[in-house]
Amino acid sequence: MENTHPTGEFDPVQMIRLMSGNGHNRLIGVKYNAHGTGWAELRLPYNSALVSDASTGILASGPIFTMMDMATSMSIWLKSGRFQPQATLDLRIDYLRPAEPGKDVFGRGECYHLTRSIAFVRGQAHDGDPDRPIAHVAGTYMFTAGA
Amino acid sequence: METNSPFARTMGFGSERDSEGRLVLTMAFETNKMGRPGFLHGGAIAGMLEAVAFTTLAEALDADDNARIKPINVTVNYLRGGRDALTRARATIERLGRRVANVEAIAWQDDPENPIAIAQMNLMLQRD
Repeated sequence: MENTHPTGEFDPVQMIRLMSGNGHNRLIGVKYNAHGTGWAELRLPYNSALVSDASTGILASGPIFTMMDMATSMSIWLKSGRFQPQATLDLRIDYLRPAEPGKDVFGRGECYHLTRSIAFVRGQAHDGDPDRPIAHVAGTYMFTAGA
Repeated sequence: METNSPFARTMGFGSERDSEGRLVLTMAFETNKMGRPGFLHGGAIAGMLEAVAFTTLAEALDADDNARIKPINVTVNYLRGGRDALTRARATIERLGRRVANVEAIAWQDDPENPIAIAQMNLMLQRD
């Protein structure tokens, strides 16, 4: 991944294609939805293989955590305009309510502050109506190059 | 969430008991758990920590206790990268009240004294 954009120019659509085509993001099925300066929005299609309890059909919280980790990660590269390797220091997620069975979940991550070594992020997930979020996240990442 | 939930099966979680009889979840390193090349995805580690916290709490509730467990929040601290090795996770119930439980979970690869990630989780116990 480090040498995907050797010139430093960050292309989120290309990046999500690469990231969601393999590894854990592929297992979860995360897709690109939208982006802007300093934010990225992804989509987690409803999938019964990701349900926590077959009798309710409610998605497990783990896949939502994974999507928010990826959305907040991408928001950092979109804020700085270039790809640089980073590691999650911590990520907190508040589960406001369960996602409705059958509905896709959208996750938007935003990088609201950057320092030389640390990126501060926050984000929200919803299942169709951004005014009725299902989860909030907050976290920090550390840049690992030269660390 | 149980160790035999659809999500747990998708993740390939296994379970074992340590010498004190505590539940330990296991997760093999496979490409479908990977984030950056060669390392576990933070989301896969978080999913495992949540699962062991949830399952350990479910076991601790009395069999006749019909409380339903709902996640309130989870904070994951990542201490080191998860490498190409078997990962284990176990949970400790810090507080078990009537309405809320607080659980700490750790994930490790070679030595539980040297965890790769630690999670603090608050869970709601909903009683009818």
